[in-house]
Amino acid sequence: MTMNENPADLLPELLVLGAAVLGLLTGIFLPRRRQWAVAVLCAAGLTAGLVAAAPPVGDPGVMVFGALMLDPITHAVRLTVLAATLLVVALAAGPLHGHARETELYVLVLLASLGTIVLAETSDLLVLVCAYLLASIPGYALAGFGKDARGTEASMKYFLMGALLGIVMLTGVTLLYGVAGGTSYRMLGEGLGQAPRGVVAVGVVALFAGVLFKAGGVPAHYWVPDVTEGAPPVVAAFVTTVPKVGALAAAFRLAQEALPGAAVDWRMFVAVVAAATMTLGNLAAFGQGNVRRLLAYSTISQAGYLLMPVAVAGRTDLAEPALLFYLAAYAVTNLGAFAVVVAWGSDDLADHAGLARRSPALALALVVCLLGLVGTPPTAVFVGKLLAFGAAIDGAYGWLAVLAAVNTVASVFYYLRWIVPVFGRAVPGRRPPGVWASAPACAAAVLSLALGVGGLTFR
Amino acid sequence: MTVLSAAIFLPLLAAAVLAVTPRVADRLVSWTWVAVCAVDLVLVAVMWAGHDGGVAYETRLTWMPSVGAGYHVGVDGLSLPLLALTAVLFLVCAVFSLGRTYRVRAFAALFLFLQTVCLGVFSALDLVLFFVFFDLSIVGMYFVIAGWGHGDNVRSALKFFLYTFVGSLALLLGFIALYLGAEPHTFDMVALTRDPPLADAPGPAALALLAVGIGLAVKTPVVPVHTWLPPAHTDAPAAGSAILAGILLKMGGYGLVRVAMPMLPQAWRAHAWLIVALGLVSVLYGSLVALAQENVKRLIAYTSVAHMGYIVLALGAAGTVAGDAAARRIAVTGAVTQMVSHGLITGALFLLAGVLYDRAQVYDMARYGGLARRAPVFAGLVIVAAFASLGLPGLSGFIAEFQILTGTIGGGTLWTAVAGALAVLGILITAGLFLRMLHRTLLGGPGPLTGRVTDVRAGELTAVAPLTALSLLIGIAPRPLLDMIEPASAAVVSLVSR
Repeated sequence: MTMNENPADLLPELLVLGAAVLGLLTGIFLPRRRQWAVAVLCAAGLTAGLVAAAPPVGDPGVMVFGALMLDPITHAVRLTVLAATLLVVALAAGPLHGHARETELYVLVLLASLGTIVLAETSDLLVLVCAYLLASIPGYALAGFGKDARGTEASMKYFLMGALLGIVMLTGVTLLYGVAGGTSYRMLGEGLGQAPRGVVAVGVVALFAGVLFKAGGVPAHYWVPDVTEGAPPVVAAFVTTVPKVGALAAAFRLAQEALPGAAVDWRMFVAVVAAATMTLGNLAAFGQGNVRRLLAYSTISQAGYLLMPVAVAGRTDLAEPALLFYLAAYAVTNLGAFAVVVAWGSDDLADHAGLARRSPALALALVVCLLGLVGTPPTAVFVGKLLAFGAAIDGAYGWLAVLAAVNTVASVFYYLRWIVPVFGRAVPGRRPPGVWASAPACAAAVLSLALGVGGLTFR
Repeated sequence: MTVLSAAIFLPLLAAAVLAVTPRVADRLVSWTWVAVCAVDLVLVAVMWAGHDGGVAYETRLTWMPSVGAGYHVGVDGLSLPLLALTAVLFLVCAVFSLGRTYRVRAFAALFLFLQTVCLGVFSALDLVLFFVFFDLSIVGMYFVIAGWGHGDNVRSALKFFLYTFVGSLALLLGFIALYLGAEPHTFDMVALTRDPPLADAPGPAALALLAVGIGLAVKTPVVPVHTWLPPAHTDAPAAGSAILAGILLKMGGYGLVRVAMPMLPQAWRAHAWLIVALGLVSVLYGSLVALAQENVKRLIAYTSVAHMGYIVLALGAAGTVAGDAAARRIAVTGAVTQMVSHGLITGALFLLAGVLYDRAQVYDMARYGGLARRAPVFAGLVIVAAFASLGLPGLSGFIAEFQILTGTIGGGTLWTAVAGALAVLGILITAGLFLRMLHRTLLGGPGPLTGRVTDVRAGELTAVAPLTALSLLIGIAPRPLLDMIEPASAAVVSLVSR
């Protein structure tokens, strides 16, 4: 593993940061009607970031600045987060056009996604905490973006929970630092073996509290439904998708680099959390009549499936591709489902009746995305689930794979509750959304299929 | 692109074209659908004519190399009869649906999609590919039942989806176990058949067989996981029922022959008694429950459970190594023949039930009577199909069931002989229930709804008659079909005896 301090290695991150800062400055001087220029600027920054992130894929792992790893995890998370954020910006451009705080939204989204990327690539506990804050604080502001009662409540819950679990996480960092004598994952990996088991156990659990908060895992999931329902739909799409990518990648990196030597059964801990997350998320989704709440609980259950590869990190070669592919698949598919909600403009499940008559393309996109979330082939999540199940069985967690399969079946029930009325009789008086409003949803659906059919062909 | 890939994806292409073309006349849509199915049948016929043993028309493309999965398709003596059945039955359904007026374009597109999926299952030589098609068949059929069914169709469709989805996920776990058990890890069915995975680990192999078995048993369906079938059939449109019973159920039996037996031979042999018992229970329970039905469609649905039970029985008996290899070959040949025969006969019966529903919107036998006088051609078709189903010599059901029972009874052990003898009772019950159905609907005085039943129309006749004719053809001249199946079933028997 070579060390270097070349800023060009962080070009994608710098481009996103530059776009955010430049966007903020430009937005201050632009009249309200022309703030769309900031959207274009941010999209350009993200695209440039994607272009810059592509060439290093496949390079051997390097550590830069002593704290950031450039390895397959980082490359995959960069591409996923940047592409997903680009989709969110495209999704926001329509509904937010001419909004008084249009610029702020784009800038906050970019900063949160920057924090997410750092969360995934750091290999040092202190940088992990900083990245946690960078990924979270813009999120709190975004949740209250609408300045309405529900949004404020959501933002408050999000903030309080984030602050509390952030402190818990910091406590965990302190404990692990104390017993391992360092904060870098490499030192943790060497030091935790001899450390007192009780302290390590408390430290690891406390550390995971923060990670689970960002990932929306049980028991740190309480903010998810409120934020998803209370915040503007675009924000809901963002905060349930993008930070999760970084958090789960961070959990995986922790598991792979820092914990293998620890004398505590952290695998079982993660497996139990995964089991609880997927089961609780699914059970809570059953009775929802509001599609955004339904999607909120669905994202919780997806976090449970995504924790499976974390539990078997380092034990099987399938774990890493499983997590990375599933993350990309989940991001695209989940955003697609939210994009349909944004385009159709209604949260009520009953209001989706007859969507197929009004807008066949949007209905098809919804079917692809929802069945995609179930894991129906040939969508991307199917490949992700295939790999994740394989990783769990290979890593001697067969029971977790069986539980995940049972949960998947249960999830079909509530996804179908949404699909069925779409093909039924139309609610009178609703106009079909425009072509441009449906475009992000269709793009996400196509991407989900393309990723499923061709995603693993060229690796 | 080989002729096989063309045959698989031609319907999907047509479906996509139909889906995106705006404002096409219904008649044009229907005739395009028929034409595509006809071309597809010709392609399958070309493959049949050109097949000279072994795996032919193979295509192997890289897809997901990192997990050892690929686009690998090919046909042999096990898959070709089922491909032919698929092509025939889908063409027949297209013809049968010619006069439809309700959302024709979506209906045709969905059926064409389903056709690709079914052809894909029967030609896949990679477990992931097999699973992709297997799972998509559930999605396609769900929309057929939910969108075009009647009665309590949304509920039945949901039950169908959830039930069979449980099965397909169990199947997926089993496939993953096979993948992880193979060295090097692979999903390629040819490689897995050559070197059976988990050969030196009986415990995991039994678990893998359990997972694969549950998945395929739900689809087949085997008692006690058959309860999704009657409501799904009752509330599905006629063409949907025909495809569901004729093709989708075969995926279960085909999976047993193609995946479970050759890839887990030791586990299959060790649990052969259980498989035989499940098959026997399906035969007896299915036919007894069918005997008690008043609803024509439910009756046919339960006879399907019984008929598929024979397949499971025969395949289980083929796992008893104690006996005669020739008898086991006959059993497997009979099982594959039964798949084809049941597809033709049940397809015909469900389409005929659809004719009845089209006229009077009721499936209740008690409301009809004396239909033979009112609709003689309809009655003739029902009689031929019913006799074929109960296994009358000269029709395909006899060829299949005779071989199954011969192979099972001659399997060489006492308990297979007893099981085979008990299964003969199933034929007796089936004969009784079909005669009772014929008696109550076709003969006797007219019932309250008899007046509404008109005879079959030209389109309906054109659809159903080829199915009964093919059943008759197989019954009289089974050699071409058996010549296709026998080498493949001999191969399966030698693989399972390893």
